[in-house]
This record gives sequence, structure tokens and C-alpha cells, in this order.
Amino acid sequence: MNRTNLLIKASPWLFTIGLFVVWEAAVYIFKIPVFFLPPPTAIAQAFVDYSGPLARNSWITLQTTLIGFALAVGFGMLLGLLVGWSRAMYAGLYPLMIGFNAIPKVALVPILVLWFGIGFVPAVLTAFLISFFPIVVNVATGLATIEPELEDVLKALGASKLDIMRKVGIPRTLPYFFGSLKVAITLAFVGSVISESVASNYGIGNLMLQAQAQFQVPLIFAGLVVLAIEGIAMYAAMAILERRMTGWAQRSGFAQA
Amino acid sequence: MSAFVTLEGVDHAYAGANSALAVEGLSISVNQGEFAAVVGPSGCGKSTLMKLATGLQFPRAGTVTVAGEKVTKPVKIAGMAFQAPTLLPWRTTLDNLLLPLEIVEPYRSQMRSRKVEFAARARNLLTSVGLRDQGEKFPWELSGGMQQRTSLCRALIHEPQLLMLDEPFGALDAFTREELWCVIRDLQAASKITVILVTHDLREAVFLADRVFVMSQRPGRIVVERKIDLPRPRDLEVTFTSAFTDIVHELRSHIVKARQ
Ligand SMILES: Nc1ncnc2c1ncn2[C@@H]1O[C@H](COP(=O)(O)OP(=O)(O)OP(=O)(O)O)[C@@H](O)[C@H]1O
Ligand SMILES: [Mg+2]
Repeated sequence: MNRTNLLIKASPWLFTIGLFVVWEAAVYIFKIPVFFLPPPTAIAQAFVDYSGPLARNSWITLQTTLIGFALAVGFGMLLGLLVGWSRAMYAGLYPLMIGFNAIPKVALVPILVLWFGIGFVPAVLTAFLISFFPIVVNVATGLATIEPELEDVLKALGASKLDIMRKVGIPRTLPYFFGSLKVAITLAFVGSVISESVASNYGIGNLMLQAQAQFQVPLIFAGLVVLAIEGIAMYAAMAILERRMTGWAQRSGFAQA
Repeated sequence: MSAFVTLEGVDHAYAGANSALAVEGLSISVNQGEFAAVVGPSGCGKSTLMKLATGLQFPRAGTVTVAGEKVTKPVKIAGMAFQAPTLLPWRTTLDNLLLPLEIVEPYRSQMRSRKVEFAARARNLLTSVGLRDQGEKFPWELSGGMQQRTSLCRALIHEPQLLMLDEPFGALDAFTREELWCVIRDLQAASKITVILVTHDLREAVFLADRVFVMSQRPGRIVVERKIDLPRPRDLEVTFTSAFTDIVHELRSHIVKARQ
């Protein structure tokens, strides 16, 4: 029992290390050229050689992403509450939102550049635009699925719509909301990196684009690794937040098993 | 005794694709302080009757009167409990009980100043249904029967004039159910509150009620009204007497007829 537990704890690390070992071995065995697929050791070397630019640009990307994400959380929650509040709102806004969501956000970057110039602002806005949708949908779903019996109990006490929203709607929406944050933060990274690589002079996206132009393939991969690490860290932060805030909704052993 | 809840010639259909009537020509009158039970085949409109009487649905024809006033909005004086306990999983049992007080005036505006007193009242109520010291637990830490008791307490905490119970014991085992019959019996005897109980269980109806109403197949209306004059206070033993079983049999034959 104890041994399996230990194995489960260690397995993410074992698998990650295993992946790098296989990768390294494959590059040597098949004599893959560095400019095609650099081995992990070359990527590590790139981390050492370019630690300054990598640190600076990853910090910028993280900031951009978090600001866009924060905007998405605020706006997404408001819009979700609005859409969940009234059927007319839902009927009117939903098709618009679905249409908007279907637009590839990279197609919006030129417009954002036209309005705000290249750099920080379009990247933040792209992160925002790409990540608010799942928040809206989840908040609205949480509100729309209030048990009618519970609503009846409250209405028969003379509760107003606002009462029902405050006492039941919002609390029961929180698990949906925090669940959506995990999706949204990952999307926000996608948005900021897209915009950085198309229209910015900063950030990991831009760094990777420049590295590609100069054929510094290990540096491109180092950029990818940085993005993966930031993505995992933020996802984990959201998952911890979710567990903290909505422990009552995580009773089932299903996800833990 | 005066009529407290009255439905007169009520027709009702739910909005939606098939707008066939759910109840038709439904008339029923329940007196102040009376314990009424409604039985009938599944889908005949019993829950609809509850919703009409509490202003959660409005009739297509006919009138609904509660406490002397025509019902045009949710009534505010009713406590309700359903087959499912519908407790809020993010609140402790005690906080679940306090929910109605956070909504109904005058308690609502006194919530801050009288919080301790209200919590004490909630604890007393829990004790009276055998849930002493369970207030700090979350609903999902309680058994189904305990949740149902909590749900009953929630329906009573604000001392409503009207208690609406829609198959509140349906999901419980026979022993727990009989225990809760006694709980309800005592609560009603103590507070003289008007109760309307919907149930599938004829023994439950006869044991608890002053009058039992039998509804017809959909579209529902009252086909039989049976006064139960077994003396009160009633002990569970009464359910084994022949007078009791005779009434149950009689009602049963009415339902069998109603189902045809
Ligand atoms: N929300 C609703 N929308 C549309 N039709 C409904 C709705 N609720 C009930 N009905 C219909 O109205 C009729 C009466 O339903 P109701 O829930 O009052 O029955 P019931 O007597 O409580 O049944 P049961 O004993 O099974 O609980 C049913 O035929 C049902 O199909
Ligand atoms: Mg029903």
C-alpha cells in the first residue's frame, strides 16, 4: 500500500525524466541533427547561455498572461451572471458569444495592432479574449442548473430573485467557476504567446520567433520548456485554489481514485 | 374553524409543448390548524396542487385563496419540504436551518442582532427531531433520514402558518418513516400549524391527517374526501387496529377506482 503511494507520488517525475532520457537517446541513436531536434542537454545548455533573455521575456509573458486572465475573470464572471440571470439575456447573448468564440483569436491580432500598436496591449487583450468564454459558460451553467425544488422552497418564503442568486446561485456556481479557471489560464497563455509572436518585441513568443530567424533551434525549444513550466505552475495554482474554495464540491472519491 | 387554504374550480396546465390540463375543476378547502393529506395516482397533479396553493404556479381558471387573500404571488408564509432534502451542501446543518430566517421578515433584518438566539432556536429544533449536536456537520455527512429531518426543521424554523409536505418520507425506510410520522404529529400538535401533506402511503395519510383527499387520474380533481376521526393523540399502535385498517382499505379501493 505504502509502496504504491510512493510510486504514485514519484511517477510524474519518473515519467518526465524518462521522456527526456528517451529523447536524448533517440537523438544520438538516429543521429538527428541539432537544428532539426536538439537533445535535452543542448536545450539545457541554451538555458545557461541565454538565462538573461529567457528570464526577462518569460516574466513579461507571465505578466501579460496574468493581466489578460484577470480581465477575463472579472468580465467573464459579470457576463456569466448576466446571462444566467435572465432568459432574454441568455437568448440574446448566447448566439453572439458562440459566434465570437468561433473566430480564431489570432485573426483578431491585426485589428488589435491597428487600434493599439504592437506590443503589450494587443497581447493582453488576446489573452483576455481567448480565455473569457469558458468562464462565462461555466458561470451561466451553474446558475441555470439550480434545482427547481430549492428555488421553490426559497420562493415560498418570499425570496426575491436577488436573494436566490445570493444564497444559492452564486455559491453553487463557484465549483463551475473555479473549474473553468484551469481551462482559462491555459488559454490565456495561448493568447499572449500568439500575439507576442505576431506583433510584439517582447515576450517568449517574440524570443522564439527571433531564435527561429537566427536558426538557434535549442533556444526555441528552451522557450517551449519555459512556457510549459509556467503553464503547469499556473494550472496547479488554479487547482489548489479550486480545492481550497470549493472543498464541499470535491467529496467524491472518483477524481482521487 | 375557518378555511385557510381554498382552491375553487381550478384548472391548470404547464406551459410547454403538450399543454393538456394537469388539474381540472380542482376544489379543496383546508381549515386553519387542520392536518390535510392528499393521495392519488402518480402524475395526477398532487405536486401541482402544492405549487398552486403556495403561489409558485398560477391557475388558468378558478381561484386560490390563502389566509383570506387571493394568491397572486408566492405566499411567503409557507414552509416546504420535498421528497429530496434539497439542503445546501456548502452550509452546515445549522446554517441550512438559518436560511429561511435570512429571507423572511422580520427575522431577516434582525439576523445580526439576534444571531445567537436564532442559532439556539435552530439547535432546539434539531434536538426535537433527534439531531442534537449534529448542527456543525455538513448535510453530506448525515444519513438520508437525518437530512430529511433537517429539511423538515428548515421548513419550520420561521414558524410558518402553513406547512407543505410533498412526499417528505418517500425515500426513507419503514422504521425511520414511522419515527418521523411521530415527529410531525408532535410538532403539529404543539404548534397547531396548518399542514398539507402529499403522500403515496395511505397508512401515513390516515395516521397523520384529520382529513384525507383522494384525487383522480390526470387531469386531477378531488373525488373523495374522508374525515379521519381516530382520537388524538394517536399512538403508532393505532395503525394495527381494525378501525385503522378499515379506513386504509376503503381509501385503497377509491384509488384503485381512480386509476381506471
Ligand atoms: N414543470 C412541469 N412542466 C410541464 N408539465 C409538468 C410539470 N410538472 C408536472 N407536469 C405535468 O403535470 C402533471 C401533474 O404533475 P404533478 O407533478 O403534479 O403530479 P404528482 O401527482 O405530484 O405525481 P407524483 O405522485 O408522481 O409526484 C403530470 O402529468 C406532469 O406531466
Ligand atoms: Mg409529485
